[in-house]
This record gives sequence, C-alpha cells and structure tokens, in this order.
Amino acid sequence: MSRRRHSDENDGGQAHKRRRTSEPIEIEDRLESLICRVGEKSTSSLESNLEGLAGVLEADLPNYKSKILRILCTVARLLPEKLTVYTTLVGLLNARNYNFGGEFVEAMIRQLKETLKNNLYSEAVYLVRFLSDLVNCHVIAAPSMVAMFENFVSVTQEEDVPQVRSDWFVYVVLSCLPWVGKELYEKKDVEMDRLLSQIEGYLKRRVKTHVPMLQVWTADKPHPQEEYLDCLWAQIQKLKKDRWQERHILRPYIAFDSVLCEALQHNLPPFTPPGHMPDAQYPMPRVIFRMFDYTDAPEGPVMPGSHSVERFVIEENLHCIIKTHWKERKTCAAQLLSYPGKNKIPLNYHIVEVIFGELFQLPSPPHIDVMYTTLLIELCKLQPGSLPQVLAQATEMLYMRLDTMNTTCIDRLINWFSHHLSNFQFRWSWDDWADCLTVDLEKPKPKFVKEVLEKCMRLSYHQRIVDIVPPTFSALIPAEPIFTYKYADESASSLPGYPMSITVSNAIKNRASNEEILTVLKEVPNPNQEDDDDEGESFNPLKIDVFLQTLLNLAAKSFSHSFSALGKFHEILKTLANSDEGKLHLLKVLYEVWRNHPQMIAVLVDKLIRTQVVDCAAVANWLFSQDMAHEFTRLFIWEILHSTIRKMNKHVQKIQKELEEAKDKLEKQQHKRRDSGDDEDMDKNSEDEEGQLEEQIERLQEKVESAQSEQKNLFLVIFQRFIMLLTEHLVRCETGSVDISTPWYKNCIERLQQIFLMHHATIQQYMGTLENLLFTAELDHHILAVYQQFCALQL
Amino acid sequence: MSVKLNALNSDSYIDVSQYRDQHFKGNRYEQEKLLKQSNTLYVGNLSFYTTEEQVHELFSKSGDVKRIIIGLDKIKKTACGFCFVEYYTRADAEHAMRFINGTRLDDRIIRTDWDAGFKEGRQFGRGKSGGQVRDEYRQDYDPARGGYGKLAQQHRPTEGRNSF
Repeated sequence: MSRRRHSDENDGGQAHKRRRTSEPIEIEDRLESLICRVGEKSTSSLESNLEGLAGVLEADLPNYKSKILRILCTVARLLPEKLTVYTTLVGLLNARNYNFGGEFVEAMIRQLKETLKNNLYSEAVYLVRFLSDLVNCHVIAAPSMVAMFENFVSVTQEEDVPQVRSDWFVYVVLSCLPWVGKELYEKKDVEMDRLLSQIEGYLKRRVKTHVPMLQVWTADKPHPQEEYLDCLWAQIQKLKKDRWQERHILRPYIAFDSVLCEALQHNLPPFTPPGHMPDAQYPMPRVIFRMFDYTDAPEGPVMPGSHSVERFVIEENLHCIIKTHWKERKTCAAQLLSYPGKNKIPLNYHIVEVIFGELFQLPSPPHIDVMYTTLLIELCKLQPGSLPQVLAQATEMLYMRLDTMNTTCIDRLINWFSHHLSNFQFRWSWDDWADCLTVDLEKPKPKFVKEVLEKCMRLSYHQRIVDIVPPTFSALIPAEPIFTYKYADESASSLPGYPMSITVSNAIKNRASNEEILTVLKEVPNPNQEDDDDEGESFNPLKIDVFLQTLLNLAAKSFSHSFSALGKFHEILKTLANSDEGKLHLLKVLYEVWRNHPQMIAVLVDKLIRTQVVDCAAVANWLFSQDMAHEFTRLFIWEILHSTIRKMNKHVQKIQKELEEAKDKLEKQQHKRRDSGDDEDMDKNSEDEEGQLEEQIERLQEKVESAQSEQKNLFLVIFQRFIMLLTEHLVRCETGSVDISTPWYKNCIERLQQIFLMHHATIQQYMGTLENLLFTAELDHHILAVYQQFCALQL
Repeated sequence: MSVKLNALNSDSYIDVSQYRDQHFKGNRYEQEKLLKQSNTLYVGNLSFYTTEEQVHELFSKSGDVKRIIIGLDKIKKTACGFCFVEYYTRADAEHAMRFINGTRLDDRIIRTDWDAGFKEGRQFGRGKSGGQVRDEYRQDYDPARGGYGKLAQQHRPTEGRNSF
C-alpha cells in the first residue's frame, strides 16, 4: 500500500523533494519490535539498551503516544517473565515525561478492569505485579499501592462468595511481595503488618477439602504436595523473616536509581475490586509440584529451598516462558535455557521440575500433553551433555514413587515416557527396574512397565519390544496384536456357528448385497429362544457372533480394511444391534476377536459410535460389565471411556452451536423484515423464511434436549456403575476385615476422580441430579469424599 | 486496548510451506485457500514398513484422527513412504504441525505439511518407477526406503552377478 503521492511518479524533476520518510505503519512495527525485543541477547548491556530505547520512545511520544501506550500495556500483560525490564523502561519514560507516566498508569488500570471483567485472571495477576514493581521504579507511590492491596484483601470479608474468589485476591497480593515487599515495608510497615495478619486469618479459616484431589502423590515424603496458597504464604513468611532481602530477581532499575529517584510519582486511583458475578470463572486452586530438592543436584549451584521466595520467582518465570512460547518449541527451549541468573541455580532441574509439574497438573495440564514431550526433546537437543541425564534421573525418581502416584498422572507418565523413548531408539536401562518383576503384576510398578511397553509397541512393532527388554521382562511384554478367530479352522467345526461362518464368509467374498447376507443370517438359530420368531429380528447373540467375527476376520489386515468393512455392512450391523442387548453383545464379540490388540478395539469402538451402530451408554455398560472386569485396570479401557464421553460432549456442543446459529439467523431475518419497510412480496418471502427457521429452531431445540438427556444418562450410568463396584468392594472388605486399599481399589477410586476432573465443565450442569440420585449421604464415606472434594473445587 | 503484537504471536510451525502440488486441479488462489483451511496433513519420510497403526498412534496425540491414507507405489501398490492424515478439526492438525512434525516415527524424522485435501489418485507415488519422485533420484542408501534410489540402482552392479 503505497502512500506515494501521484506527482512523485510524474514529476521526475521534483522527486528529490518528496523524500521518502518511513511510513507510519513501518514505524509502528519498528516500535513494536524494539519494545518486544529489549532485554534479549545483545552485544550491549541491558542498561544501555534500556537507556537507548527510552530515548527513542521519548522522541516518538508526540506522534505515537497511544501506540506506545498500547504496546507497553500489552507487554505488561503478556510478557511477565520480562516484568522488571519493562517496569524499568516505564520508570525511565516517567522520569523524562511525567504526563506519560500518569497516562500509562491510567491505561493499566483500565486494562486491569477489562481483564477482570473477562475472566482473564492470570493476566490480571501480571498487571498488578507490574504496577507493584512500578513502585520500585518511582512511578507509583507506595502508599497508594498499599491501599490497592488493602482493597484486595478486604474481599476476604465478603460473605456468600466462592472461596476461589477471595483466594485470588489474596494470591495477587502475596505474589507481588517478592518484588515490592521491601519497599512497601519501608514506607508502610504498620499497614503491611495489618494486611499480612488479615491474610493469615483468612488462610487459617479457608476450607481445603479440594487438596487431595489435586495432589500428584498421596504421600508426603520426600516432598509434601502443598496447596498453592499455603506454600506461597510460607515463602512470604520466610522472606519477611529475612527482612525482605531478595536477591534473585533481576532489577535493572537499580542501575538507574539516581535518575529514577528524581522522578515524581503518581498515585494509583482508588481501586474497588469488581463485585462477584455469577458467571465469573476464577482460577482453580492448585497444588505445588515438587520433585527435586538441594540433595538432587549433585554438583554446581544449590537448588533454592521449597519455601524460599527464589523458588517461587524461578517457577513463576519458567511457567510464564512456557505460556508465552509453547507454540514454538525451539524458541521455548532456547528461552528456558537462557533464563537470566541461570548460573546461580541448577537450571536444568528447575526446568524439568516445572515441565513435569505442568504435565501432571490436575485436573489438566495448561497445554496439550504432546507439547511437553516435544519440548523436552528440544531441550535435550540444545543441552545434550546435561539435560538428558537430569531427565533420566527424574524418570527414575518418578518410577520409584509410582506406588503413591495418582492414576491419572501415571497415565500421563506412561504416554510421555513411551513417546519419548520412541524418539531415542527405545534405549533404556530396563534392568534397573528389575525390582518390578518380583511383585504382583497388578502393583503400580510392573503395571507401569507393562503399559509403557504396550504403548512402545504401538509406536513400533511386537518384535522390537521383545528385542529391547531383557528376557527377564518377558511377563511384561504385550501380547502380539493378532486377531483371534473363533471359526478359524476345522477344529472349530463343532461350534454351532461354524457352518454359517463359512457361508457368510463366502457371501462377503462374493460381494453379496446386504439383503442377501441378512437372508443368509436368518438361518442362524437363536440359542435364546425355543422357537424362532418369523422375522428372526429379536436379539440373537449367535447371529451377531457369526457375522461380526467373520467380517472382522476378513478385514483384519489393517485399520482401513476394518473401517471399510464396518462402512460397507453398516446396515446389517445396525439391524443386528438394534437393541441394548444387541449393542452390548456386539461390543463383547469385538473384544473377543481383538482382545490382543486394544488399539484396534479402541478405533473400532470409535467408528461404531460415530456411525451410530452403538450408543455411548452401551459402551459404558460394556466397559463396566462383568466380562470386562479382568481388564478393568488397563489403560486402554479408560482411554475408550474418556474418548466416548468426549464424543458425547462434542455432539451436544455441535447441536447447541447449530441451534445458536439458527437463532441468530432468525434474529437477523426479523431485523431485515422490520427494516425493509412495506414491500409486500419481500414480506411474504421473509415470513416464509422465518417460519422455516422457527421450525428448524424447534427441531434443533428438541435435538439439543434429547442430546443433553443422553449425555446426562451417560454420566448417570458411569457413576452408578462406579458406586456399585466400589460399594461391593468396600462391603466385602469390611465383612472380611480386610484392608480396603488393594491396587484394584486405588485404581478404581482414582478413576472415579478422573471422571470428575476430566469432564468437570460438563458434569457441573448435572450436579443437582447427581446429588439427589447418587451421591447421597447414605453412600460409603470413601466414595462420598470424592464427590465432596470435587464440589470443593468450585469449578 | 487489546493489541495483537506480531512479535508475540509467532506460530511459525503452522505456516504453509513453499511446496505446491503441481497436479492440483484449480488455480493458485484456490489452492492457497484450501491449504489455509485444511484439516489434512501430508506426512513424508516414512519408512516403507511403517503401518497405518503406527501413524494412527502417533498422530492421535494431537487430536482425534478422522482417517489415514497410506501412500502407495503406483505399480506395486505397496507402501512407498508417505501418507495423509486427516483430522476432524483444524486445531488438532495445527498441534500436529507444532509437535509431531520433525519428531521420529519408526526411528525416522518425519515431516508434515499442509495438504489441500485428499482426492482419489493422490495416494500414488508420482515417480517414474512407481514410488515417490524423491526416491527416483537420491544417491544415498536407505534400507527403509528400498535401498538405493531408483536411478542409482540401475547403475549399481547387483550382488552375485559377476561370477567368474
């Protein structure tokens, strides 16, 4: 888009007069770039870069003030890991231009209000932290910051608000203190003491039912899994004891003290926290993940203690870097490894701990699981001499503590470890884990190895797995994923379905039509009845068995072959499975033939649901059935169940979206009619269209209600089944005076937790029904506790 | 107030590459549009022995896979080292570009790229010998991709031919 004026091109002689100054858009891009890049690796010192940039921006203020304001507000919000770099910059600008400083503070307050209104709570934390660090840069007067903190803490006095609301306001205040505690205490120690005392009182009366549900390990050794506010409080207490001496945070403004202390400060306007709104989504509570301490990094710098404020700051910054760069793994890895001050800390350990902390976070990681695998691979590439060893050490530690690790976290560990190994030729010192061979195979350690090997096989092939493990591990090697055909050869000739299986097989091979095959199938005797009804349409398990076994046998070669078969004979399958028993039996046969290939079972169940041969509730009932009890603790069962629930949820969302779109369309149509005036023809057409839309909306409304009903029913089925199984176990143990904590029980109760955690958003809608029908006071307290912990999350 | 800063929005792993399918039926503009909306990825540098199951396992890590089409030698109708992976959503395909592209499958670094969408016929190699074009001319020995390149094979003495 050229802004060159026309006369430029025509008026050759005058050309030199129109000196091409940079176009405004280019200047704005340049400003963006300069501001975003300050603080990155450079030949000059950070201080001189900041000085230079402040000069450039000051000069551009007359023309680009609002752009500069917006950029600075944005980096304050989105680049918290460079907080002090930007507060210093703002400090220098304020020293040179007092009005600009004031306008910036105002813009930040406006932005803070916006982020709170839009439920962007983590960004709001960064904004408040930025403001608080501006006290250190002489931009904001300390007393006004204290006043803002006092308003925040007063939220703890509010009644009838979710605990997560007051939690957030307390968290904000505490999390600013590493940066500004010293300055605030110097200026306003009485007020600060009062503040901290109020916070202490609040923390003491807080309810912490939710904590067990969020802990990665149930054991407190070697590192307790502390609730995040408790941990931060302990860190601030220690900081206070150390007289607010904090030496980790990079503070460029110290170098500019002589300039900055000449600046005039601004007062923050009084800030009333916005009131609680019913649709507010406060951040979920969390537990601080720790797996390393100072004993784990053998040489080099010592790891800061768990209650040191340094630990808090390092972890915050590393989390922020991941949050900023997660989409670009090379940049993310490079940024993590160039953390300022890295020479004073065992950075690799911090990085690995933070990454695993996110991967294992409950209810779910901040980012998609596979990102962490690839990020760790990238880090290994950049630090091949040191990071792989830390990672191996971490893996070893995680293996050692499997007995008390939450089942959901073990799932993620299995997926991470197998995927990681597949990128490194599956090299691992399996012999180090020979201890897992000496215990019951249902215990967490051998179970973990078994599941890992199964996943490794999926990414390679059976013989590969046989080759990579020592022969002593043979009991843990997965079965070869081959089809088990009941009617394979003449040894099966005595089975009732055998002759028919040959007929059907030939029919399929000869490309018989669906009708022809159904006719053939009519001849299959029904073991359930004495006299066949004429149509032969009632549930006939043998018919299902013969057809499905034969079909899947012919299509066993690959996923594509099987999908094609299911597609081709969709009508037959629907007919055979047109009752609940039919659906259940179909799934049972599917399992029987593919029981050595859980991956195939999963993809076929997925297809059967998507083509509506079976419904989600049928799958749930099948997974919880007695026939599948022996597989109940295997990972593939839960992957199928969660995938099924997700499909159900997506289905509901899809129809809801269609309904919304139809409603929008109707509204637009009605506006058009109102605005179009009195054209009769247009009116009539419009009315017709509206009528059609209204009909469509009614139909969609019914569809939504029906889908939601199906969704609610699915969760009811699942929870009911869990309650039945768990109650049975608990009663049996009680009457037999046996300890309830078997590996099976731990798995089952944590799988129940997992349902709540993984689908909390959907389950919220049905809390009333759940509480009235299922999670009543009569329930065993072990089971009820899971429900209560979930409620305490106040999601 | 809400500013999108280009410098902070970098998402280069999901950018469209320079490759354009020369057999695409349609103009360049249409092709660009399809690439930008596509849920389908081309996956290259596979071993000839890599199975649909392995591809499914790996690519499922970024989302639900709708279908996989294994690339075939046009003559032999056997796998010739590439495939298409189609997701139900663009977002899932983007995650694959960010986190699966450039990592290993079957011990080989695989490469993913946006594809305008599978059409019947596109599952076949376009090299003269039936496989992929890249296997026609390469000089290296790659046991997972039929050994030497096709051209190089013609110039290589086969084992045991010279027997005196």
